[in-house]
Amino acid sequence: MQSVAVSSVLALGLSACGGAADGDDEGGAADGEAVTLSVTTFNEFGYEELFEEYEELNENITIEHNKIDTAENARDSLRNSLGAGQGASDIEPIEVDWLAEFQQYPDRFEDLTDPELEDRWLDWKYQDAVLEDGSLIGYGTDSGPQAVCYRADLFEEAGLPTDREEVAEFLGDSWEDYFAAGEEFVAESDSAWYSGSDNIWQGMINQVEVPYQDESGEIIADTNPEVKDLYDQLLKASVENELSAGLAQWSGDWSDAFQREETFATMMCPGWMLGIIEGNAAEVEGWDIANTFPGGGGNWGGSYLTVPSQGENIEQAKELAAWLTAPEQQLKAFGVVGAFPSTTEALEADELLSATNEFFNDAPTGEILAERADAVETQPLKGTEYLTINVAIQDAINRVDVDGIDDPDASWEKFVNDMEALR
Amino acid sequence: MSAPAAQVPVSTTRSGGSAPEPRTGRRKPKLSFRHRASAWDRRYSPYLYISPFFILFAVVGLFPLIYTAWVATHDWDLIMGQGEFIGGENFMAVLGERGFWISLRNTLSIFILSSAPQVVIAILIAYLLDYNLRARTFWRMGVLIPYVVTPVAVALIFSNLFGDRFGLVNSILETVGIDAIGWHSGTLPSHLAIATMVNFRWTGYNALIFLAAMQAVPRDLYEAAAIDGAGKVRQFISVTIPNLRPTIIFVIITSTIGGLQIFDEPRMFDQYGRGGTDGQWQTMTMYLYELGWTRSDFGQASAVAVLLFLLIVAIGLINFVITRRISSSEVKR
Repeated sequence: MQSVAVSSVLALGLSACGGAADGDDEGGAADGEAVTLSVTTFNEFGYEELFEEYEELNENITIEHNKIDTAENARDSLRNSLGAGQGASDIEPIEVDWLAEFQQYPDRFEDLTDPELEDRWLDWKYQDAVLEDGSLIGYGTDSGPQAVCYRADLFEEAGLPTDREEVAEFLGDSWEDYFAAGEEFVAESDSAWYSGSDNIWQGMINQVEVPYQDESGEIIADTNPEVKDLYDQLLKASVENELSAGLAQWSGDWSDAFQREETFATMMCPGWMLGIIEGNAAEVEGWDIANTFPGGGGNWGGSYLTVPSQGENIEQAKELAAWLTAPEQQLKAFGVVGAFPSTTEALEADELLSATNEFFNDAPTGEILAERADAVETQPLKGTEYLTINVAIQDAINRVDVDGIDDPDASWEKFVNDMEALR
Repeated sequence: MSAPAAQVPVSTTRSGGSAPEPRTGRRKPKLSFRHRASAWDRRYSPYLYISPFFILFAVVGLFPLIYTAWVATHDWDLIMGQGEFIGGENFMAVLGERGFWISLRNTLSIFILSSAPQVVIAILIAYLLDYNLRARTFWRMGVLIPYVVTPVAVALIFSNLFGDRFGLVNSILETVGIDAIGWHSGTLPSHLAIATMVNFRWTGYNALIFLAAMQAVPRDLYEAAAIDGAGKVRQFISVTIPNLRPTIIFVIITSTIGGLQIFDEPRMFDQYGRGGTDGQWQTMTMYLYELGWTRSDFGQASAVAVLLFLLIVAIGLINFVITRRISSSEVKR
């Protein structure tokens, strides 16, 4: 509780500063007046240098960066500020997993519709943020087309192909192929095939068209046979066939494991994951990226920038949000943290297609991820409770794979109970 | 001190009121504004002087308490605000959830694992510090250092130490041939780990409170005990402890309130802050937070807050009854 109170007080303090700086303007400062804009981000958006650039371009603007560690915490904090009617930054990020949830409160956000920008994004990226009344809740930042990252050195030790193209072929096109390849690997190696089931789950569930809630918002997660089948298939591979290293994503053990000798060989890799792997596995040689993804294509993550109506500098915030999500800036963020663009122009840019990543054995990451983006067929229907349900099912999976306190059936029962409580 | 002051105005007005009829009748027109003002002053100003506390209490204590109870009886969304009145439905929903009972179990378990050893160890540390140590101030300040470290930093360090796979504690256990313990997967191990964090932070603080109380114990009691032939241990049990009783009551009650509201340490114990995949270490405050902020059902969250309040009052009363019995038996002796 205490930390919540403190952070909201801090946020209040920040917005108060913003208010003081443009004290005498009424509804949108005139050009040239000093304005402080606050921007919240989570994980790594790669915006630090962009903020400096924007401040140089607009001398009257100062940007306060409020960086939150995880997407979940960013969501809780935004929820809190919307509830209190104050404390939100001038620009707040919303991740695709909880976009629908905040679309329930359209009057708390500014309509960002701008005829000039309509064609800027990939169609699905744009349409996801359009509300029923046609207004736009946020500008798309990045997207998360997934490839498979792998440790070429571990592959070699296990006597498997190491070359990017051969590996892509070896991994195959379906989840069955991918798990079968894993069995071949673990038979020859001390390492596991993947870090933990939760990482694989994100790949699987983002290919299901209607996963947790149907069109009317009814919760179907525990009755949807497609979800249950994937759950069974995944846990069988992880536990029975021992493909998983049993590490919960983002945990301390997980980050440590990148540096250990006995570790894991593959990982589901949306663009933004490249920066995270590089950060955790610094000095480790052998990471590479294969141009394939089990079950076709898949998109994991990606966010939007919104302008909450409670802000004091709405016009300037809109301008900044539009600027940050412009193709040029998306390309720069890709260069810094691998956040894959979502604007059509950036996707076709030479800069992107010719981009290589030194850490991943000089792989042509731009080209690979662009192809993976083309392979994405489904944008799952993510309802208002998507995040909560996904967290519950990840818990169910981790109870079996990470903690080992339940068998798959017992854990599923608990998940069903969770869904009952949610209804 | 305040009692006689309050009686003075009361007694004067009374005597004025009970005075014979004709005299008051004659005096009445003479009662100037100044007289009346001074009568009011004497009658009401004592209340005015003590009112800041009550006003402050009403605003920051009583109002939130009543408002929480009000929210708990309504269908309430964090962002959309108040819905309709639904009576005890939130309470029934919460009481019917497995998560609530798990969080209650965890709260009580972590509370006992942290508070009980804390008081015992704090008294022992205070007893050591009470000796004529060399560099006394250094040692006394030393025990307070963990308290100065922010709980979040403590939690981060300890959750690393207690890493399931590569944590320091498990590495040490393995080198001495004990199996690694699943600090984040098991229920009791996670409670032990969190209780360790709490104890690390609060033991020194309580030790200083005990130390202050120990130094107030008259030294001649020890001399008399020594002359009677009591050793160090006997002195500690028969002189030190009985004299500490009021302080022990104070420490137990404050640590009850703090222990039952524990939040920072379990929340920072893993990367998600939800209290484990199966709610292994989800405390009541964390459960409240999950209901209110993650599921945005403020009505149910408030219902948990009310239940937590009742629990604290109940345990506080039990503590009070037990400790009062101890202290009254003390008076008889």
